[in-house]
Amino acid sequence: MSNEINAGSMADIAFLLLIFFLVTTTIAEDKGITVKLPPWSEEDPDVTKLKSRNVFAVLVNAQNDLLVRGEPMDITMLREKTKEFIVNPTKREDLSERPTKAIITLKNDRGTNYETYVSVYNELKAAYDELWDEMCLRKYGVKYSEDLPLAWRKSIKDEIPMVLSEAEPTNFGEEK
Amino acid sequence: MSKFSKGKKKPQPAISTASLPDIVFMLLFFFMVVTKLRDSELMVKVATPFATQLTKLEDKSLVNYLYIGRPVEKYKATYGTKPRLQLGDKFSDVNEIPIFLERFRVKIPEAQRSKITTSIRADGKITMGIVQDVKTELRKANQLKINYSAKKRPE
Repeated sequence: MSNEINAGSMADIAFLLLIFFLVTTTIAEDKGITVKLPPWSEEDPDVTKLKSRNVFAVLVNAQNDLLVRGEPMDITMLREKTKEFIVNPTKREDLSERPTKAIITLKNDRGTNYETYVSVYNELKAAYDELWDEMCLRKYGVKYSEDLPLAWRKSIKDEIPMVLSEAEPTNFGEEK
Repeated sequence: MSKFSKGKKKPQPAISTASLPDIVFMLLFFFMVVTKLRDSELMVKVATPFATQLTKLEDKSLVNYLYIGRPVEKYKATYGTKPRLQLGDKFSDVNEIPIFLERFRVKIPEAQRSKITTSIRADGKITMGIVQDVKTELRKANQLKINYSAKKRPE
């Protein structure tokens, strides 16, 4: 006659709990494009005193078409053009003087598709990410990442700061 | 003379399953730690867009979520098909964002409040109008760290 409690069903109970948790929880894919918004201010930022060669104006309209510096462009070209604008390797007169002076402005309509907006933002961010990678490889021999020492990251961001300003959108194409 | 005597057959002992509960419990705890409880039923359809320059949200306790999308089938009759904002478990107006953020903020220790990230989980097929209103409201509430939730673009 044994006095042990039968633990044979323990596994079943544990399995039941496990399945319950599997069903009610989500392995959230919490990834996304991290953005730092500018603080709110009542007056509009003054862009008139910027030299036009330092401004890379990107417009996305309600038809999801792209207008870059006054000319239509396909989104596949955007990344290369942005990189060229920031670095200006051939010292062209109409591209930015220095990466530190380059400013990218992004403007959209209220009717612009969110998907398009995100992919445009993604391309602009990708341009910077690639430039940081290239520069980091040249200077330190590794790709840029948030795990690098703060001093390294700072030295790179000092040379190529990411300046992306977003203008208030126009009211075209708002869903009724 | 063989090494393996075929003599007296010993009764085969049954495989002990005594450690099975421990193994399953271990699995259970693993899943409890890595997953997140489904806190609210989604009342809007959210299929996040694709992107490549993704960052991972590290500390999930410091993230609050805003859902933007078109109401799902069962709410279409009452709420229409225009994109709407969902805060917590109900449809909300954009001007309810500050109080929602504040409610989240008071639960976080003061030293960590600057690290709070707002994750905007918005459907790819909506228009920017409502997203813009949300952004303006976030800026006014001084919640500047945001994350446009997106999926990795398949190669």
